[in-house]
Parts: sequence; structure tokens; C-alpha cells
Amino acid sequence: MLELEARAEPSRLMSWASPLLAVALMLVGGLVVFAALGKDPVEGFRVFFLNPVKDLYALSELLLKATPLMLCAIGLAIGFRANVWNIGAEGQFMLGAVAATGVALYFGDSESALVLPAMVLAGAAGGAAWAAIPALLRTRFNANEILVSLMLVYVAQLFVSWLVFGPWKDPDGFNFPQTRMFAEAATLPIVIEGTRLHFGFAIALAALVAGYAFMNRSHAGFRMRVAGVAADAARYAGFSAARMIWLGLLLGGAAAGLAGMGEVAGPMGQLTDKVASGYGFAAIIVAFVGRLNALGILLASLLMALLYIGGEQAQQYLNLPNSISMVFQGMLLFFLLGADVFIHYRLRLRRRGA
Amino acid sequence: MDASLFTSMLFATVVAGTPLIIVALGLLVNEKAGVLNLGAEGMMAMGAVAAFAVTHESGNPWLGVAAGMGAGMAMAALFGVLVLTLMANQVASGLALAIFGVGLAAFVGKPYEAVALQAVPPIRIPFIADLPLIGEALYNQQALVYFSWALFWGLLWFLHRSRAGLVLRAVGESPASAHAIGYPVIRIRYLAVLFGGAMAGVGGAFLSVFYTPMWAEGMVAGRGWIALALVVFATWRPLRVMVGAYLFGGVMITQLFIQGSGLQIDFPSQLLSSLPYWATIVVLVAISRNRNTIRLNSPVSLGKPYRPDA
Repeated sequence: MLELEARAEPSRLMSWASPLLAVALMLVGGLVVFAALGKDPVEGFRVFFLNPVKDLYALSELLLKATPLMLCAIGLAIGFRANVWNIGAEGQFMLGAVAATGVALYFGDSESALVLPAMVLAGAAGGAAWAAIPALLRTRFNANEILVSLMLVYVAQLFVSWLVFGPWKDPDGFNFPQTRMFAEAATLPIVIEGTRLHFGFAIALAALVAGYAFMNRSHAGFRMRVAGVAADAARYAGFSAARMIWLGLLLGGAAAGLAGMGEVAGPMGQLTDKVASGYGFAAIIVAFVGRLNALGILLASLLMALLYIGGEQAQQYLNLPNSISMVFQGMLLFFLLGADVFIHYRLRLRRRGA
Repeated sequence: MDASLFTSMLFATVVAGTPLIIVALGLLVNEKAGVLNLGAEGMMAMGAVAAFAVTHESGNPWLGVAAGMGAGMAMAALFGVLVLTLMANQVASGLALAIFGVGLAAFVGKPYEAVALQAVPPIRIPFIADLPLIGEALYNQQALVYFSWALFWGLLWFLHRSRAGLVLRAVGESPASAHAIGYPVIRIRYLAVLFGGAMAGVGGAFLSVFYTPMWAEGMVAGRGWIALALVVFATWRPLRVMVGAYLFGGVMITQLFIQGSGLQIDFPSQLLSSLPYWATIVVLVAISRNRNTIRLNSPVSLGKPYRPDA
């Protein structure tokens, strides 16, 4: 019978191959799903996986979708490396969007060149402030950051709906839950003419580079990696656990807040109650599939963006609910977690009783 | 407060607390065996949608509850394969289950979003339901409310009076010793995980078939996570799970009663609705601030993978 046998050392090959294996399994799974839903699998595959990359405009939309995922995921990865489980990027994203919207609504009409930089700062600060709550409660009172950061997602969602149904509602918006459109000075410039791809993409790429530098080239990043791999060694070396929790959560929150800012100042141009639309949760998958490193996250965010857009395409052309994206995204993470077993174990054929 | 208001608030509190009790007690067994399943939200969502769909198609709410239970168990089995057979990270796998379950439920439930179910009539227990003040609130309730009480008593007995419960706790405290004595650690953990999934599924079924007889995306609204928090808050003790669940139920319905009371208070309803989530954070802080409470009470091997050396 087949048995798992522990490897003497973790396989480097498998730690790179397992995301690829997971993607392959997800594609096969996708064909099965389409067949099970009574759709032609080949047609389904084409619409879901190939339509999103069929021309330059489609590709620009892919990069647009990948932008918030990349930003949130690189921030989360820093914490995850040190076993700081910030699950509330979704809420931090919303608070970043709210803070940036505040700047846009109150100062956007000034046409000052300082409005956008102020929005960037406000977005990062808003996200970081929201993440500071679980950091404070964890370091001060030992409260589990998973549950606290998650509860704050619901609070943030209700807060956003209060704003857009109440004080910030667009008076000329026919009662839709949204603010008025931002002024020109509060909107991110477009980077490729004729598309919606905005300057936030450049910010996200810069964040990836910064995240790489922090994790691999800074002493603080090194300490966090040690803490994640060997908590006892980190404690023995005198690395402050509290500082890592603060760093992990604040950086994650700031990155998610920036992503929120990028959405309201980019493709949306206003704040609505659907601002976050699951990016913060999807980013958790991106971080894992990307192996918690910058290059991996870049690729994984493109893949996840593809799954988002594939879902929209499936809704349009195959008459399937677009929540099918979440099914594929979940499947991807499951396959990855399953494939990861081969990093530490190998399959061995063994006769019973041997 | 007049008597009828008291009765109706008590009634609503019990109803709101019931899914939390069922789910949290299931998770408690799960965690007593040393396995942390953060996927409760996803299992509840799948339980809710499966129960709703089957009830809608068959007209029988009990078939629906059975389907919800089955869906929760299927999700839990998936989790079990990952963390028990393939020894994947429990935190990551649980998160995956939560995200996947919520997404899959939204996908499966799309055709049912605009449909309503017939309300299931409560079961009136003769005589004691006539008690003043509390009778109508406690003993003229949905069958699953009585189930949650039975589950509580059954679990108390199981965990502290039965041999099987002792073995379960041993597996959670020290899987290596349990294995050395000859207990099948992995099989016992599978059973515990499946039980957790079954109860999460029933909790979800309660929401979509009995509590608000309808299905909407996101209707679980964090209750799976609150149930996880409840287990910590209860320091893994069934009685405290009950107390905690009703406290939460009370917080949830208080804000509803304030909103529905017609009192002209100048406080936005959205902010009032965030009260249960703040309450969860507050109790987590209250119980966690003493590090020893958690350390002494949590199952020692909670969240740590175990692989018996053959």
C-alpha cells in the first residue's frame, strides 16, 4: 500500500513545484466543474481561463484586478512569516478607502497637487490604524489576533455602509449607497491610455520590491522569519515578540489600506458599500500560493485576478453566478495545501506487514 | 419593562443563542481532540444553503436539517483529509475552508436567493409552557432549541463521565501517549472533526430553515467566527459555552429591539448592528488577558499536527 514517508530534508524542488501542481489540479478540477454544471468543458475553459488574457485591454484589466491583491498579499505575507495571523485585511482595506475618501471629499476640490499624496498617506494610515487594534489587544491582553482582526471586518463593513447611506451619501446619487464622484485632483492618473490601469499598479509593484527588501535584506525581516520558523530560537535570541506582532499587523494594515485607497481613487472614483469585494480575503490565498515571497505573490496575484475576471466572464457568457471565482480560488488553495505535504514527505510503496 | 416585552426578549435571546450553542459545542469537541478548525464559517454557510435547498425541494425541514448536517460533515471531511492525513497546517487549512465554504455556498445558493420557506411551527411542551414569564419563551420553542439543550447535557456526560470522552481528551492533551496506549489517534480525531462539521451544519440549517426562513449570501454573518471565539471565551467548558452563547444572543437581539422599538434615539442602525462584533472582541480581551487561564485550559496539543510513527 502507499504510505507517506518523512523526507530527511524538506524538498526545495517540491516547494516550487507544489504551486504549479496545485494550478494544474485546479485546471483539471475546473473542467470537471464545468462538465458537472452541464456546460461544455472546453468552452467553459476558454471563457474562464483564456478570455481574460485574450488582448491588450483584457490584460490591462487583469493587472488592474491584480493590483489590490498584490498590495494586500505582500503586507499579509510579512506577518504570516512570523506567524502573525492578520485575517482582517478586508477591513483594513475598507478603512484605508474611507480615510482616502475623507481627504478626497473635503480637499479634492482644491485642485492641489498635494491631494493625491495626502490620500495615499491617509489610506495607509487608515489601514494601519485599523490593524493597530488587534496588535494592541494581542500584545497588551493576549487576545487572539485572528478572531479580533476578523470581527473588525464586519465592523468596518457596517461603518462603510453607515457612511455611504448616511453622512457621505451623494445628494444627487438617486439614493444609491455611494459618495459623489471624486474630483480630478483626487483621482489616480491612468498609466496606459485607453485602459483603466492606474498609477496604483506602480505603487503595488513598488510595495512588492519594498516587501522583498524588508523580508530578505533587513534585520527586522530576518528576525520575523526566524520567529516564524523557530519561535523558541527567536525568544532565546531575545527578539521581541511584541515588536513583531506590531510590525506584522501595521505593515499588513498599511498595505491593505493603500489597496483600498487605490480602488476608490482608481477604477471606482468614489466610495460605495461594495468597496472591498473580497480582495482582503482573496489576498490570504495569494499570500499562501505565492509562498509568502514577493515574486511568488506577483505571479499568484495575476492568477487570482484571472480567476476573478474568469468568473465575470462566466457570468456574462455562460450564465453562471460569478461566485464561481470563489469556488476556483478555494479549490486552488486546497490543492496547494494538499500538494505541500510532498515538501516534507514522499510517497512510498510498501507491502503490508513489511 | 413590562412582562410581555420581557418574555419576547427572552424568547428572541434563546433563539439567537441557539445556533451559537450548537456550533460552539461541536467545535469544542473538535478542539478537545486537539484539532483547531477555523473553517466553521464555511461549514455553517454550506449547512445553511444545503438545508435550505433540500427543505425547499422536499418541503420537509427535517430532511433539510439532515442535508445541512451532511454538508457540514462533507466540508469537515475535506478539512480532515488535509490536516489529519496530509498533515497540512491547521490554521491555513481552516482559513481555506472558511473562504471556500462561503464561496461555494454563494455559488450553490444563487437560484434560491429570491425564495422564501414556510415558517416551521414551534413545539409547545405541555404544562411548563404555561409558566408565567418564562414558559412561552423557553418551552414553546423550535425543536432545535431543545436539541441544543440535549446536546449540552449529552456533552457534559460524554466529556466528563464516559470512557470515550476520557479517550478524546487524552488524544487532545497528549496524542503520543494515547497512541502508545494503543488508541487510534488519527481515527478519533477524524470523528471529532466530523462531529464539529455536523454541528456546524446543523447550526447553519437552523439559520436558514428556522431562524430566518430564507437564504442570502453572507447570512451566516460571522457567527462561525463568533462560535470559535466562544469556545476560547468558555475556556473549553460546555456550561460556559451556554452562558456565553445566550449573552451573545442577548447582545444581538438587544440591538434589534432598540432598532425596532420606535424609540427615537439618534444612533445609526449600522453602528448599532456592529455591537455583537465589538462584544466578541471585548469578551476575548476579558478572558485572554490572564495568560494562564488560556494556557491551563486549552487542550495541550491544540493545532499541532500529530503523526504516529508506525
